[in-house]
Amino acid sequence: MVVDAQLGSYGDLLFGSALAVYVLAMILHAVEYALSRNLAPVEEDARVPVAAGAGSSSDPAGTTGTTATTDTDAPRPPRSRAERYGRTGVSLTVLGFGLHLAMLVVRGLAAERVPWGNMYEFSAAVCLVAVGAWLVVLYRRPELRRLGAFVLLPVIVLMFLAGTVLYTQTAPVVPALRSYWLAIHVTAAVIASGILLLAGVASVLYLLRRVHDGNPARFAWTARLPGADALDRTAYRATAIAFPIWTFAVITGAIWAEAAWGRYWGWDPKETTAFIAWIVYACYLHARSTAGWRGRPAATINVIGFAVMVFNLFFVNIVVTGLHSYAGLPG
Amino acid sequence: MTTTLPQAPAGDAGPPPAGPSGVRRALALARNTWRALTSMRTALILLFLLAVAALPGALLPQRTPSPNAVDDYLTQHPTLGPFLDELGFFDVFATPWFAAIYLLLFISLIGCLVPRSFEHVRGLRTEPVSVPRNLARLPHHAQSTADDDPDAVVDAARRRLRGWRVAVREEPDGVRTLSAEKGALREVGNLVFHLSLVALLLGVAIGKIFGYEGQVIVMADGSEFCNSGIYAYDSFRPGLDVDGTGLDPFCFTVDDFRATFRPDGQPDSFGANVRYQDADAVQDGDPTWQPHALAVNDPLRVDGERVYLLGHGYAPRFTVTFPNGQQRTGLVQWRPVDQATLLSEGATKIDPPGVTDEAQRRRSQLAITGLFAPTSSGGGLVTSVFPALDNPEVAVDVLRGDLGLDSGRAQSIFTVDQGMIDQGRLVRVARENIKPGGEITLDDGTRVHFDGVENWVSLQVSHDPAQTAVLIAAIALLGGLTLSLTVRRRRFWVRATPALPSTTGGRTVVVLGGLARTDRAGYGEEFGRLAAELAPPRADEVGADGADGAAGRARPDPEVPPDAAEVTDADQDVDRDVDAEPGPDDDGKDDDGR
Ligand code: HEM
Repeated sequence: MVVDAQLGSYGDLLFGSALAVYVLAMILHAVEYALSRNLAPVEEDARVPVAAGAGSSSDPAGTTGTTATTDTDAPRPPRSRAERYGRTGVSLTVLGFGLHLAMLVVRGLAAERVPWGNMYEFSAAVCLVAVGAWLVVLYRRPELRRLGAFVLLPVIVLMFLAGTVLYTQTAPVVPALRSYWLAIHVTAAVIASGILLLAGVASVLYLLRRVHDGNPARFAWTARLPGADALDRTAYRATAIAFPIWTFAVITGAIWAEAAWGRYWGWDPKETTAFIAWIVYACYLHARSTAGWRGRPAATINVIGFAVMVFNLFFVNIVVTGLHSYAGLPG
Repeated sequence: MTTTLPQAPAGDAGPPPAGPSGVRRALALARNTWRALTSMRTALILLFLLAVAALPGALLPQRTPSPNAVDDYLTQHPTLGPFLDELGFFDVFATPWFAAIYLLLFISLIGCLVPRSFEHVRGLRTEPVSVPRNLARLPHHAQSTADDDPDAVVDAARRRLRGWRVAVREEPDGVRTLSAEKGALREVGNLVFHLSLVALLLGVAIGKIFGYEGQVIVMADGSEFCNSGIYAYDSFRPGLDVDGTGLDPFCFTVDDFRATFRPDGQPDSFGANVRYQDADAVQDGDPTWQPHALAVNDPLRVDGERVYLLGHGYAPRFTVTFPNGQQRTGLVQWRPVDQATLLSEGATKIDPPGVTDEAQRRRSQLAITGLFAPTSSGGGLVTSVFPALDNPEVAVDVLRGDLGLDSGRAQSIFTVDQGMIDQGRLVRVARENIKPGGEITLDDGTRVHFDGVENWVSLQVSHDPAQTAVLIAAIALLGGLTLSLTVRRRRFWVRATPALPSTTGGRTVVVLGGLARTDRAGYGEEFGRLAAELAPPRADEVGADGADGAAGRARPDPEVPPDAAEVTDADQDVDRDVDAEPGPDDDGKDDDGR
């Protein structure tokens, strides 16, 4: 199997550019955040098309737009400075996403396989999905734009680690990893992880925001975030989409393990951690339907779930050696 | 809950006997325990415990799959290690405490789901609940007026709501109502998901009881392996109910093995050609053998077993020619000590032929032991620089004397008994590096000839009778989960109040309400579409808001009779489900559900 080194180095170049563009986008989002005033509740719901006037009784925070429709067809006020920063941030995020996508395509072409055969590529792909999921959220609910800096921050950290600590040259994978189940299983894992990253960010912000709502003196900066409800809902919807995908990833992983290692489940460290993460997210979904566990306890569980995912990616691949250690790290 | 007043049996004036009261109290206790065990809260806590209990399994090495790592850990942590070992932390998934958690969880699950299934079936047979008095208080509502009379309005709604479960009712004063429900599949999905979990666990358990795993090393030179019993294996892990008799007696031969490597030494591909006979063919004495190309990720599936290619290595072949002209050939696997270069070590042990005297025999046994390099670095100190057989060389000691094979102690096939060397009963008679074709001549004229190198493969035979059932359960689980997380349970209500010339301008007042009963948001858009069709906004009434009609109608229509929008708490029978208060479960605003 020939690996095209020239092409591989273009991939590295694209990776660097994507990262730089993300950093710029994050800075712009941060500036927007710093310049903007606390969100008036109405803004959040301006796009709700229907029946917006009714929810107030079920919404003690008053964030439901009772007067939601007031300015929908009034002439647009001129864009504020903050808004212009934010919009540029979004444009840059889209650009970064394009570069990022190109990087993985190039990497895949260079190695003639799916471009997530080692930890560097896996992390990069997870970040790509996270940014992609974020752009989808933005498209549907532009009023959540203020989360931009907070979503991009973990993405940038992860990509930075991927590009430094985890970096490996383009290379084909060992025979055990060469199977179409690899493509299916790892792709599902990548997609689920990326979406769960978004859910984790939303839950962290939700928890901070709730502390602030309880005692306005604390975490005053969170006052500019979207309301706690909107954060909670974002986290839930992301998790509800990602959980079946994660389940699928675990099942296809078991199918692959059956073909490669002689058993569908063997409590290999990676399998164990994937199982734990799955159980924690099941806890989260349960908590959402258990009286007294909605809200803060559920969000805490979601954050724990994401911590387990990160642990799975780093600790298990690097420190623990199991059959799954395909990190491809030197040494 | 517990009643302390014992009910006197009819006609019995005396104090009640202690028995029944005690029984009742025990029953009450049992009932309460059962209720607590099957509550969502308990399920949540047990789930969480399961995750926590599995944690040591990820943090600490486990006996299965990595016993060597456990030994290393125990030597590195002489105080903490044994303590953790005592608690079962190196075999978490086989400990009683782990089993206790998942058994409780599954009891809770069954106790929770069986009643829920029945309730769900009953719910499907009853009519959708009647229309709440005050639709304006629901998270989704809309209101408009129509020229048609209430019957026509309700009929139109019924036609539009095809696929929903619908009930039409009459209220006093000619008011017609319609209640509709959709999304029962969500509950079905939830039940399928949880029941599949039970099926999955059962399947895993059956596999653990009736399955087995055996490993064996076979020389890739046409050697044969038959699954005839435990003794055929180098190591064997039986299920709880497997005693090694009655295995499917299929056979196979390994004809060759091929590995290719990339320039940096990373393996590129492994493959072995095998031929096999299934159990029937073996029993019938059928002479034909089926070919199969065994590869990583591509096991041989024969009868109920699977044969996997796990690893490979080299076996140097030596022919020893004794002074009397007799020859012996030694061919055993040497084990890789460095996976990257396949530098291997081993000991090929040879008994002199035709020696009947025990004492004589113990003085003349031979062992060829040392290192084998598939691609030798050359020079005096042999190491391997590449895993392929490019420039093979062995660096061996030839030992003569008593190998200790009759001592009764188990001996590694890769090393000689160091005790025998220490006692001087086994002595080195030569040390040399030789390449294939090379020869060492010993002091007594014995010649040791390095003939060449064979490949060996390490194979695993696995048997799990429930594997397919587990896969089916997993697929059902995924399907159920997806249904339950994507289908929304929702209700839709229509109330049509007849025209009263004085208050409604001669038009029928149509009030719509909607409620999503689950956590999954995203009902608003659908509700909006329904509202737009069933109670289209009237430009003459909505006026300035016409451009954004749907939302405009959210405002109370000034012409609606006050009692149609009256707020009463008495009739908030919107949902009796414990977990579906309209508040947190439904959010009227997150509704652009594209
Ligand atoms: C084996 C462990 C279990 C796992 C992995 C698990 C997982 C899940 C998941 C992922 C959901 C979310 C799906 C949805 O929202 O429809 C769920 C929902 C649910 N689970 Fe479990 N569960 C387990 C045990 C139990 C037990 C023991 C009970 C009963 C006490 C239970 C009762 C429920 C109920 C009632 C729902 C539906 C909640 C709703 O209405 O949204 N589960 N479960």
